[in-house]
Amino acid sequence: MSEKFTIEIITPEKSLVKTDASEVTIPSYEGEMGILKDHIPLITFLRPGIIVIMNKDKKNYYVEEGTVEFSNNNLLVLSSTAKEVLDLEKNSLNTMISEAEKKLSTSDVSDKEKYLLSYKISTLKEINR
Amino acid sequence: MPSLDDLKKRIKSVKSTQKITKAMKMVAAAKLRKAQENAEKGRPYSQKMQNIILNLTKSINDPLNAPKLLVGTGKDKTYLCLVLTADRGLCGGFNSNICKLAKSNFKKIISEGKELKIITVGSKGLDQIKREYGKYIIKKFSFKDKKQITFKEAEIIGKEIINLFKQNEFDKCILFFNNFKNVITQIPQAQQIIPVENNSSMDEKDTSFTYEFEPDEDEILEDLLPKNISTQIFKAFLENAASEQGSRMTAMDNATRNAGELVDKLTINYNRSRQASITKELIEIISGAESL
Repeated sequence: MSEKFTIEIITPEKSLVKTDASEVTIPSYEGEMGILKDHIPLITFLRPGIIVIMNKDKKNYYVEEGTVEFSNNNLLVLSSTAKEVLDLEKNSLNTMISEAEKKLSTSDVSDKEKYLLSYKISTLKEINR
Repeated sequence: MPSLDDLKKRIKSVKSTQKITKAMKMVAAAKLRKAQENAEKGRPYSQKMQNIILNLTKSINDPLNAPKLLVGTGKDKTYLCLVLTADRGLCGGFNSNICKLAKSNFKKIISEGKELKIITVGSKGLDQIKREYGKYIIKKFSFKDKKQITFKEAEIIGKEIINLFKQNEFDKCILFFNNFKNVITQIPQAQQIIPVENNSSMDEKDTSFTYEFEPDEDEILEDLLPKNISTQIFKAFLENAASEQGSRMTAMDNATRNAGELVDKLTINYNRSRQASITKELIEIISGAESL
């Protein structure tokens, strides 16, 4: 298959993954975005969600925020919160959900934060299922 | 001439000092490996982030309306210097090297008639700088109680700096830290983080294409620039942590060696004076016997 490009997810602590992929879905700020080979150069940032890397098999990564750059068939994801979904444990998921819900219920959150938090909660619940 | 007892005591004390320095060296070596790994793993993130920003800078067509964090306020009247040092001493020239570089920069800034503001991170740097430049220090951070510095700490400082910037407290921000090259070489560095410094050595060719932005350029920059500042600070933290351990390791290694040499010298002295006293006693006995 020649229809592949490279994807790299980097966190401040380490380089999380570097692999070939045939398709990647990212939770861009304004909606899900599927990226194939020869995409136009792109810069965008992320909302909480799941990055899906399609290669021979499917891999899921949870992110809360981050920056995405695509150029020269190289997809670069910079995120300080990226984690492989399989690595997330049920207990920590539950605490993360309750923390986010608590924050959402306090009055002094801006619309933008509300938007991000609601996505965070729904994504986490999705993983938790 | 010190008595035999004195020499004995000294040898004992030097030996126990040697034990301490040896232990410190081992601890530093163990910590160094981890810190070095972290620093090396953290490098791609900050580099890529800087790259994206530089690419963005080039594609901006309206520099007048660009965010101030990127292009600066257009003035260079007030400088904010962020000096990153360790919280612990006994690490050779590590802290003094950063402070020396920082001080020479301070001097330059002041002699050019510009305003100076200082933020220190780590208690050792604060001690060295406050003697001369105490009145310029506006804030001090210390993460002494933290075992390992994470991205969160860097974000705290980053936010503080951005707040100050928004209040027009300064025009330019310079970061001082030690760049970890290898175990024995650490290079103190000054890096300008606001406005973003444009590296002209970058290849212009491969960045000539224009990006598609989503949502739009300004929003992305607004999100990215503060993040970049935290990232650069975090990178400096990691480099500093590795440098500190490397520097301590070499310093303690030297101290251990020096202590060893001192012990050897003292032992020779001790043996010599012991032999002298024996010889003296023998002479006394022999000459006493002869005179009979």
